[in-house]
Amino acid sequence: MDRREIEEILKEMADKIEREYDLEDLVLIGIKRRGAILADRVNKLLSKKLPVGYLDITFYRDDFSKIGAHPVVGTTEILFDIDNKKIILIDDVLYTGRTIRAALEALIDFGRPEFVKLFVLIDRGHRELPICADFVGKKIDIGKDEMVEVKLKEIDRIDEVIIVKKWNGKEKTLSDLKI
Amino acid sequence: MEWKRKDLIGLEDLKKEEIETILEVAKSFKDVSTRSVKKVPALRGKTVVNLFFEPSTRTRTSFELAAKRLSADVLSFDVSSSSVSKGETIVDTAKNIEAMKVDCFIVRHSISGAPEIISMNVSASVINAGDGCHEHPTQALLDLFTVKEKFGEIKGLKITIIGDILHSRVARSNIWGFKKLQADVCVCGPPPLIPKGIDNLGIKVTYSLDEAIENADIIYLLRLQRERQKENFLPSLKEYSFLYGLDKKKYEKLKKKTFIMHPGPMNRGIEIYSDVAEKDKSLILEQVTNGIAVRMAVLYLTIGRKI
Repeated sequence: MDRREIEEILKEMADKIEREYDLEDLVLIGIKRRGAILADRVNKLLSKKLPVGYLDITFYRDDFSKIGAHPVVGTTEILFDIDNKKIILIDDVLYTGRTIRAALEALIDFGRPEFVKLFVLIDRGHRELPICADFVGKKIDIGKDEMVEVKLKEIDRIDEVIIVKKWNGKEKTLSDLKI
Repeated sequence: MEWKRKDLIGLEDLKKEEIETILEVAKSFKDVSTRSVKKVPALRGKTVVNLFFEPSTRTRTSFELAAKRLSADVLSFDVSSSSVSKGETIVDTAKNIEAMKVDCFIVRHSISGAPEIISMNVSASVINAGDGCHEHPTQALLDLFTVKEKFGEIKGLKITIIGDILHSRVARSNIWGFKKLQADVCVCGPPPLIPKGIDNLGIKVTYSLDEAIENADIIYLLRLQRERQKENFLPSLKEYSFLYGLDKKKYEKLKKKTFIMHPGPMNRGIEIYSDVAEKDKSLILEQVTNGIAVRMAVLYLTIGRKI
């Protein structure tokens, strides 16, 4: 998936937001780091600029006992009150659903939104929790030994989505993801 | 960088990068305390034990709040009513509590080295909350955090520490910390309270307050323990406050961007005068606020270390 295809999906996201929701009281919240970048990009495509917040979920993860502290932790930047707001939560890849669970818990610590809708660029299946997205840019069917890598030019210098297979401890790029 | 240490005993053996990691992580914890729900679930299910063999209100409360804001369970061990008073050794005390499956000890003791001895005998994390005249690492880390927040960078700043350097664990930890982050450190106090040879650490020594505060970016006042006068380190408290106390007259001579810090509790009228403690240049209450974030970071990193 290349830059053009990513842009198309973000345009679809923006269209769906304009079409289905009242922009009044609507806010975008991106999950750090790549979901945050996507939230900013979607906001640029909207007719009216919405408040954008960025959520860091490091302290809400459920695998602390398994993998320990992450020395690189970001900060959550939600500089507005989310009580009674309508939230569009944006992330790059939906996989087990654990990130979204953590994000919901984190959001609820900031207030009580009217609703939270989930928008993702890629849904790669293998859910471990009962969570589903309200908007999926592209659904792909790959094995658990494969990884989806989303690269965005703001931090990765290029816009693309690729599938990487872990194989004997090494990583091997399988293919460019066809849309 | 990846955090691998089980314990935090002092800043002397920390690398510059490790100090920077703690300060970085603390930054993200700072806003947790400003929210309406002042809690994150990061340490849910972990147990932290406060083992204070010496009285303390501020440090113990700060650690307790830090652990609670990380969702850990906290137990404060009252030493005076415990078996320590029946003659149990500190290692036995710690081992017995560890047998109840706890994850972290926060230790304060009047004897230098006590937290380290405990850390060598238990597999839980041990955080030094002040030991004798040795170190008080989380105090220095919160001081570094506060200074970094004000100035952006610590490198090249002039830090002056004033008071009883000889007995102060706060001074020792701060000297290590500020030196590692490449600040220029100067110590000042009455000659009997400045340890001989301290200039070997690469710091400046002066006995004159005027010289010490001239051009300083940070004036760090230490608490003068009143007992020191009875031990004949000082002729009188009045003389100390006259020569080394920061009063309004000296305060007004300071350059514009100089800040005043104090680890608390303050002796108003001795090392600091009341009309100075509340002035704009004072960072004293910001230090206390930042203490929670820094202690959250230390708990989070040591308990969650890579095994």
